[in-house]
Amino acid sequence: MAGMTLIVKTASRLLFPFVLVFGIYIVLHGHLTPGGGFPGGVIIVAAIVMLLLGYGAEVAKVKFSPLQASVSENIGSLILVATGLLGLFVGLNFMKNALPLGTTGNLFSAGFLIPLNIGVGIKVAAGLAVILYAMLTAFEEEEK
Amino acid sequence: MMRRALAIGLVCAIGALLVFTVSNYLLPFGTFPQRKFENFENQSVAQVYLENAPIAGAGGAGSANVVTSIVWDYRGYDTLGEATILFTAVCGVAMLFRAAKERD
Amino acid sequence: MNFDYIVAMLMISFGLYCLLIKRNLIKMVIGLEILTFGIHLFLISMGYREGGIAPIVTSVNPASVVATLGVDPLPQALVLTSIVIDVCVTAMLLSLAIHAYRHYKTLDMSELRRLKG
Repeated sequence: MAGMTLIVKTASRLLFPFVLVFGIYIVLHGHLTPGGGFPGGVIIVAAIVMLLLGYGAEVAKVKFSPLQASVSENIGSLILVATGLLGLFVGLNFMKNALPLGTTGNLFSAGFLIPLNIGVGIKVAAGLAVILYAMLTAFEEEEK
Repeated sequence: MMRRALAIGLVCAIGALLVFTVSNYLLPFGTFPQRKFENFENQSVAQVYLENAPIAGAGGAGSANVVTSIVWDYRGYDTLGEATILFTAVCGVAMLFRAAKERD
Repeated sequence: MNFDYIVAMLMISFGLYCLLIKRNLIKMVIGLEILTFGIHLFLISMGYREGGIAPIVTSVNPASVVATLGVDPLPQALVLTSIVIDVCVTAMLLSLAIHAYRHYKTLDMSELRRLKG
């Protein structure tokens, strides 16, 4: 898949860190502001899609290869299940809060919401990246 | 031509029935816990969630966002199932396009 | 005059019309998406309260104000799950449409129905 003109390349290269930081902010503040893991993961993958569309699939594969995305998705899923099993090992049920609750309104409050949101954010971002790589680069040998 | 007129008539009939069902006569708007049903009045599960979720202690979730605490604290198992659906969709798409790549 | 419900039902009707009439595969997927959005809008607007605020405890709205004036948070949590499921179904539909186009060189439903085997 070929890239686009110079204006699109420059704009996507300049905007990429800001969109990435915005996505990480929405994932981490899931228990204070609207958002959480799922919208934050979609915004992170939107930053990667900007680079993919601007520079072409060949250049983007060197930076974020599909193998890295596949392994990251499994790491996010393992964080999700491990935080759920933590409640089981302490003595309560599965998926019960076992980390300390702070005061409502701080950044480090509400126990196990932060690791769960991080896990789901990584999982959604990497999963959508794998889908996009599969759709965009499947029929490249026929076009050449 | 006959098929097109039949489809337009069916969609208009279904649309009219739906708009009549949600008009102000049958389904009033903005009456969150005040629906009367036998003995239940001003009570609902969502009202209990709104009162108990911001409490940082026993019985509460301790988070300022009530929707996120419902998604993870009170119904965490459903969200785990949704993560499984996402993983299944990624596996399905990757499987479909792997067959195309091996054929070439 | 509840506009939210009427707009949601109109979106369901338009999505159903697009799913029945159009012959292009991509346009049928778009019609299915509009139908699903209408259903989500109807589910969320069922939980509105008169003069309600968002169910989030901030420094401006303490916990007592949220308990008496907040809107229903339960349909919002369920629709969050439903949106993700809709994205997964659309991804599978679009990949099937890409495969059909590569194999049969056409996206017309009436042409695809006549090809057998």
